[in-house]
Amino acid sequence: MTQEKTVTKTQELVYEMNVGKVMVTDLITVGPDDCMSDLQYLLRDKRISGIPVMEKERLVGLISIEDFIRCLVDGKMGSLVKEWMSSEVETLYDSDPLIHAVNKFDRWGYGRFPVVNRQTGKLVGIITKGDIVKGLLKKIEREYHRSENVPVQTDHFFQDVISNHAAIIFQYDVIGKDFDRAGETSSNLKKTLKKIGIPPAVARRIGIACYEAEMNIVIFTDGGELTARVNPQKIAIEVVDSGPGIPDIEEAMKLGYSTAPDFIRELGFGAGIGLSNIEKCSDDMHLESIIGKGTRLEFTVFLNRGKK
Amino acid sequence: MTLESITKTLSLKMITVDQNLSHEITGAYVSDLLSDVMANAKEGDLWVTLQGHPNIVAVATLKDLSGIVLVNNRQPEEETVRKANEEGIPIFSTDKPAFEVAGELYMLIKEK
Repeated sequence: MTQEKTVTKTQELVYEMNVGKVMVTDLITVGPDDCMSDLQYLLRDKRISGIPVMEKERLVGLISIEDFIRCLVDGKMGSLVKEWMSSEVETLYDSDPLIHAVNKFDRWGYGRFPVVNRQTGKLVGIITKGDIVKGLLKKIEREYHRSENVPVQTDHFFQDVISNHAAIIFQYDVIGKDFDRAGETSSNLKKTLKKIGIPPAVARRIGIACYEAEMNIVIFTDGGELTARVNPQKIAIEVVDSGPGIPDIEEAMKLGYSTAPDFIRELGFGAGIGLSNIEKCSDDMHLESIIGKGTRLEFTVFLNRGKK
Repeated sequence: MTLESITKTLSLKMITVDQNLSHEITGAYVSDLLSDVMANAKEGDLWVTLQGHPNIVAVATLKDLSGIVLVNNRQPEEETVRKANEEGIPIFSTDKPAFEVAGELYMLIKEK
């Protein structure tokens, strides 16, 4: 199975990718009047098996390690490149699909083909079978990497769940007095809700209401807990802290009423808008508090209807 | 008008990395009270404020705002910039006061 798949993918890539993508572009070339003895260092040091022969930016031939060996056997290392090179050079275009290259290697049995640009006719690279293999492997690796990183599809979470009752619970600890991290809980919850397919407008309302609740915990308490219960009908949020409690809830709900100290207000918090923001964003809100014990806030946003 | 052309016209200095500048801006909101922004800014608004602490990024993210303009040459805290880059919220600074920025923005957006 797997092997079959790989072959198909490779075949697909061979049609998809072009020669320009895998060819080598930092070219080493020689001139037709260069001496054959100069080649030995190039072939050895650069570990290459064939070199394009260029005359005034024009490709005039190709000299390969086989040509070099013939010359060596004849003991004519002092002769010139043009006497040994093959001047009938088969080339590929950089825009050719790789399959053309593969076919050409099969048909001619050569080890390499110079690559020219279709428009300019200029030499732009050289390609060997090794380059093709390397190019394909790289591409496959990239695609594999990408497929591994595709996020899990969760945006139809509830549509895919078959049951009479389903709910997901997200729980967050909110740290008191930590103004640097304040807001993270609400941001994370909002992102999570969007990921499981909650409409953005609903996620935003929940985000805003949770932010205000989170800020109340951060400003006034030593910490608390925020829990979101999500089911296909509604999102219910419960925010609980362990003190100091709200002395007068009716008063606290009034727009602009605030007990926040000055330094908090300078940061832009504590404007006395928070609780009414929560009320505005939710379909249903319930707040209870005992001085010295703590505060419990619950609010709900319904999913399948507009705001009340 | 896109956020990018607004920043050019008003010569706003970009503080965060170059991202999310192609939004069409149709409104802006001026306030330094975070809850007020939460209550009254609209999705996609550009937010003009002098608050530079990290919480402005949370507010902008939660309200899906397009960006934040810090006035009177206020510089954001390092943590603010880090978070903004992470969340993709562009932050700009200008030496102009909020009144002038708001006026210029109003003219630009209303012209459309």
